[in-house]
Amino acid sequence: MARFATKKTKSGNEFIKETYEHGYSFDTANYDFNSGKGLTERIIREISSLKKEPAWMLKARLQAYGEFLVRPNPLWGGDLSSIKFADLAYYLKPIKNQKKFWADVPKEVKETFERIGVPEAERKILAGVKAQYDSEVVYGSLKSTWEKQGVVFLSMDEGLAKYPDLVKEYFGTVIPYNDNKYAALNTSVWSGGSFVYVPPGVNVKMPLQTYFRINAESFGQFERTLIIVDEGASVHYIEGCTAPQFNSTSLHSAVVEVIVKKGATCQYTTVQNWYKNVYNLVTKRAHIGEEGSMIWTDFNMGSKLTMKYPGFILAGKGARGETLSMALAGEGQHQDTGSKAIHLAPHTSSTIIAKSISKGGGRTSYRGKVFISPNAHHSKNTVVCDALLLDDKSRSDTYPIDQVYNNQVEIQHEATVSKIGDDQLFYLMTRGISEENARKMIVNGFIADLVKKLPLEYAVEMNRLIDFEMEGSIG
Amino acid sequence: MAKTLQISKLKAQVAGETILRGIDLTVHPNEMVVIMGPNGSGKSTLAKVLAGHPEYEVKGSVKLNNQELLELSPDERAQAGLFLAFQYPVEIPGVKVLNFLWTVYTQQHPDRKKRQYASIVDFRNYLFGLASQLSISEKLLDRGLNEGFSGGEKKRLEILQMAVIKPRFAILDETDSGLDIDAIKVIARGVEQISQETGMGTIIITHYQRILQYLHYDKVHVVINGRIIKSGGPELVEELEQRGYGKIRD
Repeated sequence: MARFATKKTKSGNEFIKETYEHGYSFDTANYDFNSGKGLTERIIREISSLKKEPAWMLKARLQAYGEFLVRPNPLWGGDLSSIKFADLAYYLKPIKNQKKFWADVPKEVKETFERIGVPEAERKILAGVKAQYDSEVVYGSLKSTWEKQGVVFLSMDEGLAKYPDLVKEYFGTVIPYNDNKYAALNTSVWSGGSFVYVPPGVNVKMPLQTYFRINAESFGQFERTLIIVDEGASVHYIEGCTAPQFNSTSLHSAVVEVIVKKGATCQYTTVQNWYKNVYNLVTKRAHIGEEGSMIWTDFNMGSKLTMKYPGFILAGKGARGETLSMALAGEGQHQDTGSKAIHLAPHTSSTIIAKSISKGGGRTSYRGKVFISPNAHHSKNTVVCDALLLDDKSRSDTYPIDQVYNNQVEIQHEATVSKIGDDQLFYLMTRGISEENARKMIVNGFIADLVKKLPLEYAVEMNRLIDFEMEGSIG
Repeated sequence: MAKTLQISKLKAQVAGETILRGIDLTVHPNEMVVIMGPNGSGKSTLAKVLAGHPEYEVKGSVKLNNQELLELSPDERAQAGLFLAFQYPVEIPGVKVLNFLWTVYTQQHPDRKKRQYASIVDFRNYLFGLASQLSISEKLLDRGLNEGFSGGEKKRLEILQMAVIKPRFAILDETDSGLDIDAIKVIARGVEQISQETGMGTIIITHYQRILQYLHYDKVHVVINGRIIKSGGPELVEELEQRGYGKIRD
């Protein structure tokens, strides 16, 4: 690309800097439990026994483990060949019990979450917070207003202990253990994650948030989340993810199931900023009842490879689903993201807006599926995928699949690929904006309509993260 | 000379083809200079080269206040006081006009205490005032920069940006092309007002004399084939109108 500055030439290396701000880690020697490397049936039995689970859960784990062993890696998506299952630790329990008071959280864990900004967010903008450190939720709170109205916000382990019937009724119903290899793996070794129940008619006006932190090296984090939003209720759940900067790879493989009942609304927001050695292979799906509404706001910036396609099953008449997906892939990263919209009932509607940014040789892929069943007459689907390429080394692909079995429907698909052109940069620079700031401006403008769907504090943080990723990206 | 825009022996080529073959031109503060010429004569190249577009290979000198602009990147040239109103303004989706101009404004006035408009709210009111003078709908200020704007809206927004930035020297590259007569009047009035208020020197690039009826300009230069082949006062426009570019050489 042509250069804008003719006078100043920067010599390369002095400007190279590490751009990941959550790269620190702490020692794991004092952990309460460490399963060691590799996964065996014995480890699964041990996890279940440590957690004092009911027999049905152990059975479910073992059944899923059998599936995991025989199920091949998917041949589509990203390159999974360098995941060495035998080298990973599957269960690391940092402390004995979850803490109710911030002061009781061990110093190193506390420092980690303070650096991420958890206590401040908890005070100012959240209805409740959970902090998961490796395999376990180490801290949790829920403001009393919501507790009094019957809102339940627990770690999944606590949820299983306190509401076994509710968990048994819904666990694995939206994402069965044999959905894919990584759903099977998660079902067999899951630990932590959130259990949320919102009673009928309750509108939780502030978000609930869980922070996921991988601290240990060569570790697999397998949280399991189940969210049930009862009739006419609403909730916004947010998750944030960070990990230290290690040379060896880690695996994050979550399963998130959301049940949205009649007339209920759920927004699920992810701000994924794993370090660039984490495989992020996550299955997320919502089951939506009549006139219910689900919004996935899914922002992926970190990880080595992400394969994630938050989906919705529009099961009730008039159900609505929306996915707003943003992916940024830099050097050595592949973001293979998208969404699945399964229309099973009449008058259902879905919108998928996917925006991706590729830079420094990074790769983004949009992968989406739209299924319209014979019953889903008068349904509507819109898919918009926009890709922005920041240089010639980077890559973006689109893999859409539409299966339509009813002809009284409206389906729209739009896709664009654009490059940050010299003309755009030149235009902004003639107004006195530096080249780097011009790039940041163009990228932030590109995703502006998605970011504005976030609560203000998160929108600000998102723009900051994008700016951070764009630092030193010139040349 | 201090405080002038001084272009000397300016040459430019792109992809091996020479477009500018040595332009000499000096513009003083408060002065309005018109550059006319047929299509392909190098007028727009001159505008882009002055602003620092990277695709040209450039020789010669362009000094603003004795500072050599050709060594500077486009943003540094803008900071030195040069402005280009584009013939084809570029769309930057999602970058709101208001926020963008606030960024430009705060960058130009880094000292908060010295800002005439202390907050984005004050600035917004100021911008609304300018917008109404230029017949720009307030709604456009909340849209992405030039995003989905009509041709006329884009051109008027260029003048709005110029009003906010208050450059020392501005180049208007065919700002009148594709506009109806009402829009041309609005734009001409805007340019006149800004130059009167700020003492800005202006280069008007056009190949029609329509907009010139509404401007008080000092000099006219005719560019053909990358060179200024004739210079004069407003009477030269009359002559061009009657005789055309083909015969002006003689």
